[in-house]
Amino acid sequence: MTPAVEIRDLHKSFGDLHVLKGIDLDVQQGEAVVLLGSSGSGKSTLLRCINFMEEPNDGRIRINGDLIGAERGGKMVYRENELCKLRTRVGMVFQHFNLFPHMTVLENVMEGQVVVLGRSKAEARDKALAQLARVGLEEKAPEYPSRLSGGQKQRVAIARALAMDPEVMLFDEVTSALDPELVGEVLKTMRQLAEEGMTMVCVTHEIGFAYHVANKVCFLQDGQILEQGEPHKVLKTPETSRVRDFLDGHSLFKLPD
Amino acid sequence: MHNWDFAATLGDIDFLLLGLWNTLQVFGLALVFGIPLGLAIALGRMSRIPVLSQLCSFVIEFFRTTPPLVQLFWFFFALPILISVQMTPFVASVLTFSIQSSAFFAEIFRGGINSIDKGQWEAAKAIGMTRPVCLRRIILPQAVKRMIPAFAERSIELLKTTTLISTVSYADLMFQANELASKTFRPLEVYTVVAVMYFFLILVFSQLTILLEHRLARSGEGTLR
Amino acid sequence: MQHTWNFASVFAYWDVLLIGLWGTVYLFVLTCVIGLAGGLVVGMLRYSKNGWISYPARLYVEVFRNTPVLVQIIWFFFALPVVIGVEVSAFMAAFLGITLNTIAFSAEVFRGGIQSIEREQWEAGKAIGMSYAKTMRRIILPQALKRMLPPLTSRGIEVFKMSTLASVVAYPETLQQAKLIASYEYNPIEAYTVVAIMFFLVLLPMVQLTYLLERRFGKSD
Repeated sequence: MTPAVEIRDLHKSFGDLHVLKGIDLDVQQGEAVVLLGSSGSGKSTLLRCINFMEEPNDGRIRINGDLIGAERGGKMVYRENELCKLRTRVGMVFQHFNLFPHMTVLENVMEGQVVVLGRSKAEARDKALAQLARVGLEEKAPEYPSRLSGGQKQRVAIARALAMDPEVMLFDEVTSALDPELVGEVLKTMRQLAEEGMTMVCVTHEIGFAYHVANKVCFLQDGQILEQGEPHKVLKTPETSRVRDFLDGHSLFKLPD
Repeated sequence: MHNWDFAATLGDIDFLLLGLWNTLQVFGLALVFGIPLGLAIALGRMSRIPVLSQLCSFVIEFFRTTPPLVQLFWFFFALPILISVQMTPFVASVLTFSIQSSAFFAEIFRGGINSIDKGQWEAAKAIGMTRPVCLRRIILPQAVKRMIPAFAERSIELLKTTTLISTVSYADLMFQANELASKTFRPLEVYTVVAVMYFFLILVFSQLTILLEHRLARSGEGTLR
Repeated sequence: MQHTWNFASVFAYWDVLLIGLWGTVYLFVLTCVIGLAGGLVVGMLRYSKNGWISYPARLYVEVFRNTPVLVQIIWFFFALPVVIGVEVSAFMAAFLGITLNTIAFSAEVFRGGIQSIEREQWEAGKAIGMSYAKTMRRIILPQALKRMLPPLTSRGIEVFKMSTLASVVAYPETLQQAKLIASYEYNPIEAYTVVAIMFFLVLLPMVQLTYLLERRFGKSD
């Protein structure tokens, strides 16, 4: 079966800083992959390369078999149009929600469907309401984002991304900006998505989520994948001392025996 | 002690009102042309093309650092010789104040656009919007709301600056006042009445913008002051 | 028709322009210094809790902010003599108009700057036994001045440009002198271009300074 995301020898630099040093990663359809690693390991950059929020300097990315960009003289070149189209196929949810404050919740979820996908308003509205129902926020449709709690904002952001019917969803530390008591509702929504078979790539510090929900965990270190595999293997019996140290650092979390 | 006598001034109030109407024409047209031009210059300045960005910066700095009266004289006395066309005081005034205020509006636009959180660009990009679409649908609607106080302040400056066009014999309120003062030999009353007229005109304008601001603040997020 | 630029016809009158530049600078320095000092006083009065003090200060500020400077200058030049029975010189009219206007504008800047300081700072001053005046001078003003610097320099630039309005009552500042040259030599293109460039060159460093100050002392600090 074609992987939903296929990454080969991906490199990314910011100026002199070499952040990603040759990443190979496959995400199968319906799989939930969690990227772990300390800050500066390159996990967020890797995630942001998958929907080309950052353009990689080298390497190939295929989404459901389609190679993104065109090769010219050994280098990949990307057209703005192609990338915009790709981003409708790969949804992204951010740490700080980034809801559009001048639009209601419903309009937030309709905006991309109408303006980018060209759906009719009626269709977009039905779809938006359905996605809001999916994250349990149907009744907030006419509100402005400023009236929602952080957890509700983040669920609206998830609905906004889902409304585009993406093939893959990317989650970039989506619970890091939330008050502790609001983290649960967002994780629950993500877990439900994973169970429904959504292909997901998540950067998170919630090791419990990784353990219970992910099909695969990748540990990044210095722009490379140090270990990857099933969560109970990587998280319970890590091969390298680096991963062990990292997990020990998260002493608040106790993995079940 | 001077004997105040407003009879002569108020008897010719039509004459002053005509001047007021002419003032408002130049003011309105300068806004109509100046605001879109200001947006264009701001976008040019923020563009990634170095030549365009530097050119727009220069235009902004030049029109912000030269006195409006010098600009007006240049457009009225110098430009017609350069391009050998007839220049009426009206055209010169509209031209001067459209361009001059566009330089200021450009900086307001740029400030407003820059004040919007980068996450908004990212979120729009992530659902597949192109930069121009994002600017129009996401960034500008939020930025414009925040810019209203600065816009209002600048527009009031513009309204006050339009008095300069009296020096190129355009029959604005100031010019009509000069005429009436020398006709009636009552400069005290004429200029006092005119000062009061400007005062209320500007007061009404600033109250209107405050009203608009409140109206807009009610929907979603308010303006940042 | 191709215009032949002839700047020599302007520079031949460099001494005339120099007189104008001196007039501009003289007017600018006086209006600016007295305007800022007056603005500080009016700004404090405006901030007073006593309505008998703050209300007239507010009225003053509103009247001078909401009327055009040119109207003020003309009023002082043509109307004031009728009231006081004495001739008012062109310099005095321009000086009065621009200074009173600057006082009103800078008063608002001072008031805004003082108001922008958090209430806790006042309380902290009070808590260590400082009087109102002492807290204002030692705690509030030093912080507020920093925030006021960018708007005050912008105002300075505006005042410098405003000095050209004095030409309307024939005070010999730069633009007035250029007008004279243009009428002798029929070279308005060159005369006004030179004046525009002179202002640009003088004020460009000032504008750059405001950008620097805004970055340094802007909202966050």
